Amino acid sequence: MALPPPDPEFVLRGTSAAVHTLHFSCAGQEPDFPILFSGSENGFVHVWNLKTRRVDTALDGHGRKSVYWVETLDAKDRLLSQGRDQRICLWDLAEGRTSVTDSVFTENVGFCRCSLLKVAQGRWLMAMAAKSLEEVQVLELPSKTSVCTLKPEVGAKLGMPMCLKLWQLDSGSQPWLLAGYEDGSVILWNLSMGKALSQLVCHQEPVMSLDFDSEKAKGISGSSEKVLSIWSLNEQQNLQVHKIHKLVNSGISDITIRSDKKILATAGWDHRIRIFGWKKMKPLAVLDYHTATVHCVSFSDHRNPTERLLAAGSKDHRISIWSIYTQT
Amino acid sequence: MAAAARAVPRALREAAAAFSAGGDVAAALGALRAALEAAGGAAALAERERAQYGAFLRRLVGNPDSLPAPQRQRLWRGFFAEAPAALGFPVLAEAVAAPGPGFCLTMVVETLEQFLQEGRLSALMWEVCQQQAQDRSPELQETLLSKIVCLPDHVSNKLQGKNPPVFFPQNYFPLLGSAIIQVLQKISDSLRGGLDCSISFVSHVLGKVCIHGRQKEILSVLVPHLTDVTKSDCIWQRICWRLVECVPDRWMEAVVLGFVQRASGADVLSRLLGNLVVKNKKARFVMTQKLLLLQYGYTTAVLQNVLGYLSLDSLRRALLIKVLQELLETWGSSSAVKHSPAEQQQYISKAILICLSHLKEPEIESCRQELLASMMAGVKCHLDSSLPQIRRLGMIVAESISLKINTDGPVLKFQYEEDNETRELKSLLVQTPPCSVVPSLPDDDRNERADAALPVVLESNEKPHRAAPVMPDEESDAELDSDDDLIPYDMSEDKELKTTKAPVYIRDCIEVLTGSDDVDKWDATIKALENLIQKNPAATREVSVELAKILLHLEEKTCIEGFAELRQRAQVAVLITDPIPVAQYLTSQFYSLNYSLRQRMDILDVLVLAAQEMSYPKIRGKNKHSGAQKPCIQLLPGSDSSKDWRRIVNERIKSKTRRFAKGQSEVKQDSVPNEFNSIAGHFFFPLIQNFDRPLSTFDLLGEDHFVLGRLAHTLAILMYLAVNAMAVTTMGKALLEFVWALRFHTDSYVRQGLLSCISSILLGVPTEHLLEDTTEELLETQSWLADVVEKDPDGDCRRLALQNLLLMENLKKKLETVPS
Repeated sequence: MALPPPDPEFVLRGTSAAVHTLHFSCAGQEPDFPILFSGSENGFVHVWNLKTRRVDTALDGHGRKSVYWVETLDAKDRLLSQGRDQRICLWDLAEGRTSVTDSVFTENVGFCRCSLLKVAQGRWLMAMAAKSLEEVQVLELPSKTSVCTLKPEVGAKLGMPMCLKLWQLDSGSQPWLLAGYEDGSVILWNLSMGKALSQLVCHQEPVMSLDFDSEKAKGISGSSEKVLSIWSLNEQQNLQVHKIHKLVNSGISDITIRSDKKILATAGWDHRIRIFGWKKMKPLAVLDYHTATVHCVSFSDHRNPTERLLAAGSKDHRISIWSIYTQT
Repeated sequence: MAAAARAVPRALREAAAAFSAGGDVAAALGALRAALEAAGGAAALAERERAQYGAFLRRLVGNPDSLPAPQRQRLWRGFFAEAPAALGFPVLAEAVAAPGPGFCLTMVVETLEQFLQEGRLSALMWEVCQQQAQDRSPELQETLLSKIVCLPDHVSNKLQGKNPPVFFPQNYFPLLGSAIIQVLQKISDSLRGGLDCSISFVSHVLGKVCIHGRQKEILSVLVPHLTDVTKSDCIWQRICWRLVECVPDRWMEAVVLGFVQRASGADVLSRLLGNLVVKNKKARFVMTQKLLLLQYGYTTAVLQNVLGYLSLDSLRRALLIKVLQELLETWGSSSAVKHSPAEQQQYISKAILICLSHLKEPEIESCRQELLASMMAGVKCHLDSSLPQIRRLGMIVAESISLKINTDGPVLKFQYEEDNETRELKSLLVQTPPCSVVPSLPDDDRNERADAALPVVLESNEKPHRAAPVMPDEESDAELDSDDDLIPYDMSEDKELKTTKAPVYIRDCIEVLTGSDDVDKWDATIKALENLIQKNPAATREVSVELAKILLHLEEKTCIEGFAELRQRAQVAVLITDPIPVAQYLTSQFYSLNYSLRQRMDILDVLVLAAQEMSYPKIRGKNKHSGAQKPCIQLLPGSDSSKDWRRIVNERIKSKTRRFAKGQSEVKQDSVPNEFNSIAGHFFFPLIQNFDRPLSTFDLLGEDHFVLGRLAHTLAILMYLAVNAMAVTTMGKALLEFVWALRFHTDSYVRQGLLSCISSILLGVPTEHLLEDTTEELLETQSWLADVVEKDPDGDCRRLALQNLLLMENLKKKLETVPS
């Protein structure tokens, strides 16, 4: 008989609104304490101290409009947050400051989270949905100069971009972008040519989330359907469906592969977090704690793998923190 | 030489004269020895002289005292040691069996011991064999035979406790076995030398030993040796075949059974016995009838030996088919299914499966129709049985037959639970490959067939493996390390999310269950119902009968996991909340028209469960756990209620047994009034009233005996649970009458129920009342029980009856100790 699934390590309450995005910053050395950023529907970004398990600061910069993406630029004191007020803010959190130092006005009305990729020391690429409906724009940070704008062919009818993933094979090499669209397809973009290399229709419904493992050239995407689609990128830069994994309940709002590429977690509309082995998509656990849709899942970036945590934010205003499969 | 030979009779005569006249015996014997030596030893004597020599030895045995004292022992022994074994041994053995006057037992026994230890038994038998080739006196051989075989008995009769170890049967018969081996060796040598030789005396010895019940001792020596030497030597094989063939018919059975049980495989058996079954009628009867159809105590290995033996030769294969037909006839006979013990039915089923594993395609083709016909008949009467074990046996055998006869068409497939027994049975359908290759066999063919049959078993084994699914992944060879080091957690709770809310009021439930087409709502309602009923007793009472009616008629609309149990729990909850009207309703429905057997049995189950919960107040709080552990009484008919009963009786017996070493470890429970006591009658009497009134759709005493069995078990449990109630004496009386009316029922499940009833009566009704009011009935019951213990074909029935008798005995003892 298999063990019953574990309970959460602890639960963070107090956002008083649905949690839409989470980001860990735990790689720092002592005396730095591990931090979790959460963005919630009421427009606040909460900075959680994971040692005391309390909110350190609450950042209000999006005019009480929902925050649906947060990410740090290297250190925990430079934070990017994206809100429904169509702005992406860069925060300076060093030495107790809580000021917005810079911001980008996206003019996009969708829900597409941005994607950030560090291409060199002090230089990042950020992909975001652009003003016109089907386009994706890539900016260089911190200069905010536009690198390229990715337009699908005329008449492609992809709909809005729903999720983005910037990646490169190893640092210094050419960056790529994977984008999931409203019509259920995933497109691989070459940034330097600004051209779509491969398109794969892997869902019937809008792609809600995707993640990609560049080592194995394999990715996974989820939609509002009852399936997870696992696809791979072959030598000719063609995307092809590798496997379809059936789920019990429909709707996946977020997918994250852990940085060691061993397991992945999905956030389900059925209130459950599912853990799979990444190699063979072996189902490992179903974590049933939340009482409403889970919006986001995130793995921590602890230096010591045994301390690694999994966080999930849900519509029920709670953030559950789990410690699972940390020994491998 | 001739003169020397003539000197021997003269010396013999003189010695005889010396014995009778009391002359100088020593001198006469000395002369005899000299004469014998001159003639070339006693072995070289002619027939007439041998007879005289025998008479002389007989005389010598009777008069050891007439020898001169100093050399007495040496001289006396010398004669026996030098005498031919066929002369000396009978004289000594005879002397032991019927000692004459002046006879020295110790000396005789010592001489015999020496005889055995020198291994002269083989010489003795060899001599007889040689004589037999010349066809001499069968009577003499007969006496010799019984002397050889009965020697241990005779010696121990005489010596009582002081028997030397060599005469113990466990030593003597192996010794005899090795002597037989030596004789056979000599026979084989002489056959190779071109000489004729008779083996029949050895066969007689073997037969007689076996019929005396010493198969184990002698064959444990013989069979391994013969197995060894017959491996590649055809002369030895012929000798071995002859050895068994020459056993007289009256001993054949014992010998054949011994061989069958001791041979290490069918091919070995075939080598040892040859075509014995074809040649010998008695052996054929034993192997094809007695062993398979009349007895059932042998192991599966023996069955495999016999049937494998039959299949290993074309002459014998005809018998195999005949055997299969006879087995199927028995298997398919409804009377046999009803009256023979379950063990025997299992034995026959095993034999059928083994037979099937040996049959070849053309053979099956030739008797397909008959197989089909007997399969249909057999399935019918097996599925009719009320014992789950018998039903399952029927299913397995029928599946196997259909698999064999429909090689391409659809095959029968039943649903039953896999356990060790079914797996063992199914494994019989696959032939174990012979451990050593028998050259005359078309081996490839056999293996092919075994392969063809293999998937059946694999299929049945698949389920346990499926727990850890191994995904066929094309990358798996490339990726050495895998996800396997990540151990999955239990994911059984991962079910579809339900969006509909369960109703909160009982009346809403009724509405949903009667009218609603919303499947989700219906589903949620049935799941919430038990809880609702328990929480709102007052509201439930208002609609209790209506609710009970709805639940009784409720059909499963969509596939809901555990539907039967959910419904049952709800029914039980209703019955507990409002016992009297609901019990009235349910018991009246049990005997009314137009219900299915399923519903009638539901009624019984619900009554029992409710009675149980009401009489054990302590488990009511833990309802849910006990419910979860005991999934659906209904789905496992037959086994459950009788098990319940047994558990109760065991507990009761445990409580009655006084243990000195143990202190009273149980913490005393808070006492709570037994809720069931006051209403036991409402449960019990309506049920027992109408059992003998057949309805057009329901005939308890006829076809529906399975329900009758359940009824009997139910009544037994109700009776037991009503202990200490006011009505218990009346209930006991009524139940005794019920039992009495049905005591000769043909179905063993019903009889088991009745016996449980008796136990409940004995345990439930106060002793004084029992003896006062029902003395005669009790006495009658006692004699019936004694009868069941002796004669019932069903093992469980016998056991229950015995337990009842013990209970009665205990009652009697209790009564004696308490002065009235």
